[in-house]
Amino acid sequence: MSASVLFDAPGPKAVVRNRLYAVLGTLAILGLLALTIVRLSNKGHLAPEMWDIFNYAGIRQNIADAILATLKVFGIAAVGSLVLGVLLAVARLSDHKPVRWLATGFIELFRSIPLLITIYAVWVGFLTDYSMWALAVGLSIYNGCVQAEVLRAGVNSVPRGQREAAYALGMSKTQVMTTVLLPQAVRAMLPTIISQLVVTLKDTSLGFIILYPELLQTARLIASNTQVNGMYPYVSTIVVVGAIYVAMCLALSGLATWIEKRGRRAKTGIGPAAPAGNAAVLGGDAGNANANTILLGGGDGGTGGGDGGAHGPGN
Amino acid sequence: MNVLLDHFSEFRDGFIGTVSITAVSTAIALVLGIVIAGFRVSPVPPLRWFGTAWVTLLRNTPLTLLFLVTTFVVPEILFPGMSAFVLGSIALGFYTSSFVCEAVRSGINTVPLGQAEAARSLGMTFSQTLRLIVLPQATRTVLPPLSSILIALTKNSAIAGAFSVTELFGWQKLMSEEGYDIVPIFLWVSLAYLVVTFFVSGVFRTLERRLEVAR
Repeated sequence: MSASVLFDAPGPKAVVRNRLYAVLGTLAILGLLALTIVRLSNKGHLAPEMWDIFNYAGIRQNIADAILATLKVFGIAAVGSLVLGVLLAVARLSDHKPVRWLATGFIELFRSIPLLITIYAVWVGFLTDYSMWALAVGLSIYNGCVQAEVLRAGVNSVPRGQREAAYALGMSKTQVMTTVLLPQAVRAMLPTIISQLVVTLKDTSLGFIILYPELLQTARLIASNTQVNGMYPYVSTIVVVGAIYVAMCLALSGLATWIEKRGRRAKTGIGPAAPAGNAAVLGGDAGNANANTILLGGGDGGTGGGDGGAHGPGN
Repeated sequence: MNVLLDHFSEFRDGFIGTVSITAVSTAIALVLGIVIAGFRVSPVPPLRWFGTAWVTLLRNTPLTLLFLVTTFVVPEILFPGMSAFVLGSIALGFYTSSFVCEAVRSGINTVPLGQAEAARSLGMTFSQTLRLIVLPQATRTVLPPLSSILIALTKNSAIAGAFSVTELFGWQKLMSEEGYDIVPIFLWVSLAYLVVTFFVSGVFRTLERRLEVAR
């Protein structure tokens, strides 16, 4: 449903009114922006020297190193959370009660505690001298729990016929899970998994608090160690670093959207779930929201068995 | 065990701090989120663009960065010496408002077309349609995602503790710096957060049950 249902095609009066609102709204927004700029420049934050610091090779090198540090911890945490997510999802779907309970307890516990509390506890308790690993472990635990719920929802969305057919072929439990259920679950949940990875990327900024020199911590160090005109260039570093973060996150979410569109085009197999949007991005109860995902293409198993693969995207 | 008994008053202050920053920023996030969702479906293009920009920008910024912005930039723009609590609530509230906005907007999309059409054919204006017809009906579908957004907000409030707001993470940090063992501290803090998040989800479950209709 587009917005246009909520209002009529504007008549002459409404056109005038809408234009008036448009002008007023624009003026208000521009006014706020202007106020910001005037106040900042009055205090000297917009002086050219403040922004000139980014021309120094040393500072550029620092920022490049910091981006690398951020990406490194993101890489470790992404791999860690996906591995842990698969393990926990499989454990939670296990036939053995103790395993299931353990996994459920672990997931529910760490999903409902703030990530920062976990990271800090890991840092102080176990890895005081290795803040990168503390950050990566904390991120892996929390995001692993969220990914586990996403994968579980994906496995549950695979049509029953698939599992039954696999057992009928004489596959073992492990084979059914690894060769039939999980691949389809991953395919269905890929957009959600990637938007959770965007959250992981954003959360690497918590390294700021445990003094890991990632992008944000470096920004703070740059700002507090450089003095320009007797002031610290917090505003300019924050703007620059913020732009870098937004660009990285947008690139990753762009990937998620692209994969989702591409998946929607393919007519075989299970369609990817609609992006779990807000809930998933926040790392909330994304899993439950997605529990009964739709099936787009064939592969329902009901008709003749071999409907699922093999044909490729026919149209 | 001792850590809680020895420092119960700080723990209580921290708990109250977490609850109050959560409450204040929830209020900010709900009001802003609904207003911006209204902007995003409004017939006025500049407001729609503003809404889109707001959501895109805030959803792709790490919350820690927003806290830095409110700590170092906002006082320069408004007036110096604003309290950490106010600044923290602004950061949390603004950040969460973008998620609330998206939840409300998708809730608006689930209201059957006929409702808005009927409202229009009765001659209602856009704001009347939205306020009297669409938003009340959207409430029911918005509640479940809103519940997980607010739980996430509660958890995110821990970051405020690193920016000198008195709350539970601050207590954890203080206690571990005083040399107490981290494991009991972690357990007590987790327990406190569990209480808050269970309360939030309980409230929402009650609300959902109240608003439930037989279909």
